[in-house]
Amino acid sequence: MMDDENIITQLSIFVNNEPGRLASVAGVLKDCNINIKGFNLAESTEFGILRAIVDDPDKAFEKIKSKGVIVKKTDMIGIAVEDSPGSLFGAADVLGKAGINIDYGYAYSGKDFESLFVRVDDPEKAVKTLRESGIRLIKRSEI
Amino acid sequence: MYWNANIECMAVEDLRKLQYRSFKSLVNDLYSFNRFYHDKMKSAGVHPDDMQSLDDVGKLPFMYKEDLRENYPTKMFSVPNKEIVRFHASSGTSGKPTVMGYTQNDLAYWTEALARSLTSIGIGSEDILQVSYGYGLFTGGLGLHYGAEKVGASVVPTSTGSTERQLELMQDLDVTAIACTPSYLMHMSHVAGKMGIDFRRDTCLKKAVLGAEPWTESMRAKIESSMGIRAYDIYGTSEQAGPMFTECEERNGIHIGGDIMYVEILDPDTGEPLENGEKGEMVVTMLKKEALPIVRFRVKDISSLMDGECPCGRTSPRISRITGRSDDMLIIRGINVFPSQIEYTLMRIPQIGDQYMIELTRDGALDDIRIQVEIKPEFFSDKVEDMVRLRAHIESELKKYLNVAAMVELKAPGELPRFEGKAKRVVDKRMI
Repeated sequence: MMDDENIITQLSIFVNNEPGRLASVAGVLKDCNINIKGFNLAESTEFGILRAIVDDPDKAFEKIKSKGVIVKKTDMIGIAVEDSPGSLFGAADVLGKAGINIDYGYAYSGKDFESLFVRVDDPEKAVKTLRESGIRLIKRSEI
Repeated sequence: MYWNANIECMAVEDLRKLQYRSFKSLVNDLYSFNRFYHDKMKSAGVHPDDMQSLDDVGKLPFMYKEDLRENYPTKMFSVPNKEIVRFHASSGTSGKPTVMGYTQNDLAYWTEALARSLTSIGIGSEDILQVSYGYGLFTGGLGLHYGAEKVGASVVPTSTGSTERQLELMQDLDVTAIACTPSYLMHMSHVAGKMGIDFRRDTCLKKAVLGAEPWTESMRAKIESSMGIRAYDIYGTSEQAGPMFTECEERNGIHIGGDIMYVEILDPDTGEPLENGEKGEMVVTMLKKEALPIVRFRVKDISSLMDGECPCGRTSPRISRITGRSDDMLIIRGINVFPSQIEYTLMRIPQIGDQYMIELTRDGALDDIRIQVEIKPEFFSDKVEDMVRLRAHIESELKKYLNVAAMVELKAPGELPRFEGKAKRVVDKRMI
């Protein structure tokens, strides 16, 4: 894992796609006293993947793992987006031109700013490219 | 109409004499020339001279599917390679198939059996028979093919698949009879419905020869009333040659060519013979087989020998409809699958854990097999694409080894049931 303040750790949790399964995973997060800042759900026919940005992800990871739940850490980057037309285009265009693929992403509304969390195939290069293009990235401490 | 009245209507006592003579010479030959049987008889303390009557057959040791597997591919064969004219193979329990070999004479008795069977249900030179059993390593397609040609029927060798095209040919060629699995026929009927084809109005189909998987009287009634045809049960496993014996027009039991196959019905637990009419495990001896001798083979099919004369005039023994298996073999869309085969395939895939469940359903006409596996945490990915790729990989491995398409579901560790004692991993929800 990169030690860069712009690299944000996401926890991904495997959830069976059955009624009540998300609730039971959410229950684990509650029991572990984990606060979810932003999340996204991806689903296939029989399973889903809950992706969450949480407070103190390393500690949360250990807690969730100890409950026997499949959890994985993933490096994400947070891109600040203006509340105006074309702001998504700016960042996506920079990444696209640099040949960096966005696997998935989801929006996050913080107290002071809007942002987009994205999972890219090369986070290090993405951070560098976006910085050079003058696009503001969200720091871990800002979430 | 009989194909071979001399044999089919032979006096019961004469048939027993014929069977005894065949047995005696078979056992002599095997003891002298077949290493496997020689050793087996020796260790069971049986000598060909002990065969004093047909009842002494019970002294001979049993033979199991495992024997065929252990002697893969041809170690049990009784003839040199140059006498083999064909191979068939069926899937095994641990990746290795079992291989059947046929001499010219083996093909001849198989074809003869089918000629008798087809004649007994009125299929002959006037008929156009569509063979929608799989052609290839599976015995169904080629077996029926040669049997039908023998009686002079015109064969349409469609094999399985391309159902729309099969239905078109059936109409255009005025097909009068079809041979396939009952579930495939039901699937055809379903597809025909969607295409606006009415079997009564738009086809000349009158008869269906159905087998290779278990089916019931209620399925027969459903098929017959929905399609306006008569359906007949056919029996035969690859160890015996392939599908061979059918019901006659009476449709009360399957006539077994007594000169070809000797049937015992035994208590599966004690191995003791059961009375006629009692259900038990079928044990067969093939009396004319040359390439791969089959003596007291435990087929594991559950049936009974039927009492009384059949009004059709045939004296050949009858067995009742197969009602199940004495082992855990599953028959899915006509393909034999052992749960151990599924387990073997799954356990070789490093990404999945050691718990799994198998669920069988029948949606409309075709069987579905759904296999749930638990993924190992270290192979979990946050990308759906990776997980879907893993699932596709497991499905393709299963398809490769089982020869049947299974649907895989990925589950989290701990999600599937754990068993104390004997695991019950197969849930069969098919209504048949």
